[in-house]
Parts: sequence; C-alpha cells; structure tokens
Amino acid sequence: MSILLDQTTKVIIQGFTGQIGTFHATEMMEYGTNIVGGVTPGKGGTTHLGKPVFNTVKEAVKETGATASIIFVPAPFAGDSIMEAADSGIRLCVAITDGIPAHDMIRVKRYMRRYRKEQRMCLIGPNCAGVISPGKAMMGIMPGHIYMPGPVGIVGRSGTLGYEAASQMKGLGIGVSTSVGIGGDPINGSSFRDILELFEEDDGTKGVMMIGEIGGPQEADAAEFVRDHMSKPVVAYVAGLTAPKGRRMGHAGAIISAFGESAAEKVEILKEAGVTVAPSPAELGATVAKVLAKVS
Amino acid sequence: MDIHEYQAKELLADFGVSIPAGGVAYSPEQAAYRTKEIGGEKWVVKAQIHSGARGKAGGIRICSSDREVWEAADDLLGKRLVTHQTGPQGKVVQRLYIEAATSIERELYLGFVLDRKSERIMVVASSAGGMEIEEIARQKSESILRASVEPAVGMQAFQARELAFGLNLDRALISQAVTTFLGCYRAFRDLDATMVEVNPLVVTEDGRLLALDAKLTFDDNALFRRPNISELRDKSQEDLREMMAADRGLSYVGLTGKIGCIINGAGLAMATMDMIKHAGGEPANFLDIGGGASPERVAKAFRLVLSDENVEAMLVNIFAGINRCDWVAEGVVQAVQDIDFKIPLVVRLAGTNVEAGRRILKESGLPIITADTLAEAADRAVAAWKETRGK
Repeated sequence: MSILLDQTTKVIIQGFTGQIGTFHATEMMEYGTNIVGGVTPGKGGTTHLGKPVFNTVKEAVKETGATASIIFVPAPFAGDSIMEAADSGIRLCVAITDGIPAHDMIRVKRYMRRYRKEQRMCLIGPNCAGVISPGKAMMGIMPGHIYMPGPVGIVGRSGTLGYEAASQMKGLGIGVSTSVGIGGDPINGSSFRDILELFEEDDGTKGVMMIGEIGGPQEADAAEFVRDHMSKPVVAYVAGLTAPKGRRMGHAGAIISAFGESAAEKVEILKEAGVTVAPSPAELGATVAKVLAKVS
Repeated sequence: MDIHEYQAKELLADFGVSIPAGGVAYSPEQAAYRTKEIGGEKWVVKAQIHSGARGKAGGIRICSSDREVWEAADDLLGKRLVTHQTGPQGKVVQRLYIEAATSIERELYLGFVLDRKSERIMVVASSAGGMEIEEIARQKSESILRASVEPAVGMQAFQARELAFGLNLDRALISQAVTTFLGCYRAFRDLDATMVEVNPLVVTEDGRLLALDAKLTFDDNALFRRPNISELRDKSQEDLREMMAADRGLSYVGLTGKIGCIINGAGLAMATMDMIKHAGGEPANFLDIGGGASPERVAKAFRLVLSDENVEAMLVNIFAGINRCDWVAEGVVQAVQDIDFKIPLVVRLAGTNVEAGRRILKESGLPIITADTLAEAADRAVAAWKETRGK
C-alpha cells in the first residue's frame, strides 16, 4: 500500500508543454505514472508527448477523468493554477514551482477552505520535490531509481535530504511506501501533521521518517500529533543545528525568527513527544533500521 | 529585501500614517540645509543603515543648531556602525535622515507579520514600545495585543478600534490610530511585505500619533511585480559575497568556520553543515547551488567560496536528482584546474550518473579526496583540515 498516489492515479500536468514540464513528464511516464494529459492555455486541442493538451483544468478533468495534477507553471502564475485545480475537482495537487509570493499562498490556502473537508483538494508543496510511491508512480522531480518499495513512509521539507534518507535506507535494504516532499516555503499546502495522519491510516506503512528543518511551527505540531494519535514509530531529523538566528538558509521558510524554531529546540520538542531523533544526518537509515527492528 | 527607515516612512506616509517632518541627506551641507526646511529648534540626525538598535551604536544624535547637525552628519557619514544585528563587521553609513525632534508622552509598539501557524497576517501591538518585540514578549508579555486578519476581507476597522482602545489611547486619538493601523495593513498587503514594524509609535505631548521609527521587509519572491520597491534596494547595505551569489542564482550565507561547503539543495546543505560540526569542524558557509548545476555554475560556486579568506578546506556534496554527477564532476575538475587551488578538497557524489562522475574525478589525476557517504565526506574534510593546520 501507499498514500496519495499509485499506478492507477490519473495525472495531468499543468505547464505541460514548457521545457521543464516536458522533461519531467517524460521521466514520470517512464517511471510508470499514469499521465493522461496536460494543460497549457492556448494550446488546447493539440497533443504533446502523445497525450492530449487542454486549455483549462476543467476540460482536462472532464475528458480524461484525472484526479491528480502536478504544477510546473512559473511562480507569478502558479498560485492561480493551484486555485484552478482546486476548483476543477482535482483531489491531489503537487506544486513543484519554487518562488511563489507568500501573499499568493495565503490567498490559495484561504481559497481552498471554500470546499468542505471531504471535497477539499490535498495540496503538496509548493517548492517541493513531489510525491513518489516506489515501484508504482511518481509525481515529482526526484530520481526514481534511488527508492525501493517497502514499509517506511518519508515526509520532509527538503528534496535532496529526502534522497539522502531514501538511499541510506536502500543501502540497508529498507524500502519506502510513499515519500512526500512538503516543500520549503513558509506557507505551504500539506503540513507534516497532515501527512503523518495519512501514514498512520495506511496499512502498508509500518513507520515514518520525518525530516524537518529550522523555521516555523510545523515540526512542533507534528510532535503533538505523534504523542496523542500515532501508534506507528516515527524517526525524525531536524536540519540546521549550525544555522544562525535570523538568517534565511536557502528555503524561503528556513529562518529562525521565533522561540521554538531552532533545530535544537525542535529536537527537544520531538523527543519529549516520543519521537526517536537520529543523532546525525549520516544515521537516518540506521536509526530507522533500529526502530523497525523493535516493532517487528 | 530590507529598506531604510526613511524609505519605510515615506511609503507608510502614502498610506495615511503620520510621520515627523524630515528629509534625507548625503552630505553635512544637505543635513544642515534640511534644518531650515523642517523648521523648529531641535533635530535628530539618524544614520540610515539596515539595522535596528542604531541608538546604542551612536547612530542617532539630537542636535539644537544647524552647526551641530552639520557636525553630527560629518562625523556619521562614512562611519561603520556595529549593532547586534549587523554582525561584527558592521555597516557603513552613507545616508542620513534629518528629522524634527519629537516630545514624547508615550511609546507604543506596532507590528504586522506573516503568521505561519494561522497562515494569516497577524497584527501585534503593545503599550511597551521602544523595546524589541522579543524583549517585550519576555518581560511584558501581558501587554501584547493581537489581531488576526481574515485574508478574504482584510483587516476591519473594528479590529483597529479594539487595538486602539486596548492600548488605552486617549479618545481624541482613536480615529487617528485606526487610520494608522489600517494604513500599515494596506501597505503590508499592497506592497507584498513580510513585515511592517513601527517601533516606537509615539503619542506626542501635543497629542499627535507619529511613527517615530519604521521597518519594512519585502518578499523577494514578489519583487517581480513591485518594481517601485526594487528601486529602493541599497546594495551598499548587503553582504558582498551574498549579493554576488544571489546575482548568479546561488544561495549563500557566510558563517565563521573554516570548512567551505558547496551543496545542492537547502536541506542537504544544512545537514552537511551539521555533519561537519558533528565531525569536529565548523562550516564557513551555507551554499546551495540548486538544481541543474552546469559545470560553469560549479566553477562560480568554487570562486565564491574561496573568496572567503577563512576557508582552509572545502567539501562538495552533491546528491544528483535533476543534476547529473558527471556534469558536476566536470565542473569540479574545471574549477580546480582554473583556480590556483591550495587547500584540501573533499568531493562526495551520489545519485544520477554517479559512476561516470567518480570516474571523471579519478581520471583527472587531481589531488581530490573522494567519499561515498555523507559521514565519510564530513570526516575526511575535517581530518584534512586538521592536517593542514598541523603543518
């Protein structure tokens, strides 16, 4: 089993015909993702990579039955594209785009609340590597070959650090049910907590690797959820122990601006909630192995 | 992006916020002339640098004659001011703001931030103005008032009124306070700010409400649609290396350690720095070269990191997804050949085309120390650095 995505999920690509959209569409199709078409306003009626192109997401959903969408639209227009997906019946939207203005994301999040929870789209990202259910399908820009199918869920802000975790685990023969990159922006779609909830309900996931970083309240929220609602073991790592206060470390959201946002403070909060924290980023896989050995 | 106090005040004034009379000056003559324009008998000469706590650093002078203003200006211009926000290297004063001195009855705090938990704009006010908000939160947290702005409709007048009454403002000042609060909110929204801070917001002895200091920070990701804000950028206030990096599409933050880092991805970069510390070293910088790193980009990253004279060893850690290890390896080889490279270099490659990348490094015949894992990379970099220190 897996969460969010498998080989049957019908996926469209917003920003399909651009250079980046084309490159990653090809990669995703090769991996086995069920890409059923794409949207580029003004190019409706044509075909691209053998798939139909539509002018609007609604048309694409109507003609293909797509339930998921991945966004490669440039930052100035990406917020609008996410809202279009939310209004067209898309259930899972992965926004890869980096650099969306924070005020646009406030509007996007407010707009998504127009829909009742059971009809609301699940947004992953923006500024993320995407979602992969190894051996089944991927919606993202990750190198698929480093992931092995298996029982551990991964959720993290960073792309490459997520790759590091997956490859350390693969080296120890541990596979992944689904890996979700929630992105490095200060205001994002799904939080750590949202994804932990899905992993807790998933029969194919036995434990979770959570990779946080400095800045924002989401790791602390997740810790509370683990303490109160999770039966499965969670291993965590928080990047940025050496990061100085008040300096932005690459990601728009990776900045310590308030109490409880430093790596050391987050590690404390997670430990108190019963999460096993990896002592260093070189021991992500080893820590998962140790924790899994205890439960099985 | 940060701007100067005088620029922040001018922007806020456009949104109906009252500010003391004042003007910018680039020379002592201009500063002295401003006193005639402004009028009155007392003036404040304020050093314009991108930092708070300027008063403690001697950057704010109260003067009673145009001669004194001239002298204060002459002393401050070109001076390097060091505050706890500038770091030890300080920031050079190139502009001054000359302002009419204000007789203060009360000092208040007013701030607007993007609250990540509620994903809304949060208004924060306190009757304990003049201190930094962290200090207020520690010492007088009971004085802090908050209002959360519903994004669909924006800040409402009643919320501004609630804050104004909550601050125990005189009845005669309530409507001016509402204008001030709503004006700051509109500036925040319309200019894509990530922070608006008026500290202190003062009640004067003659019963006016004035923004005595103001700080605005803008969302870099929204500058594409705010050309008038981009124009306010003062590059002299930015770190030279960080600016060079940003202009080349690299993300760099200078630190104080000795081991230079080149990494792809912000999370992996932070983790690699943590790993260096774990292995007994200190990172000299954060550097994310991003996705799609071409050999040219890698070479630029090398030059950037090496321009920091403190760097005594270098660690390159690339986990290639969209990147390809062979391209990165070519970039490394090219950089080492082009630059007169004298310090130990450790390279760890993983991911797409890793075998080809490792082969390129090996066949180059250059003295590059390679590593297969993150732990090996950090250990070898720290060991190589310690060895050069021993020599």
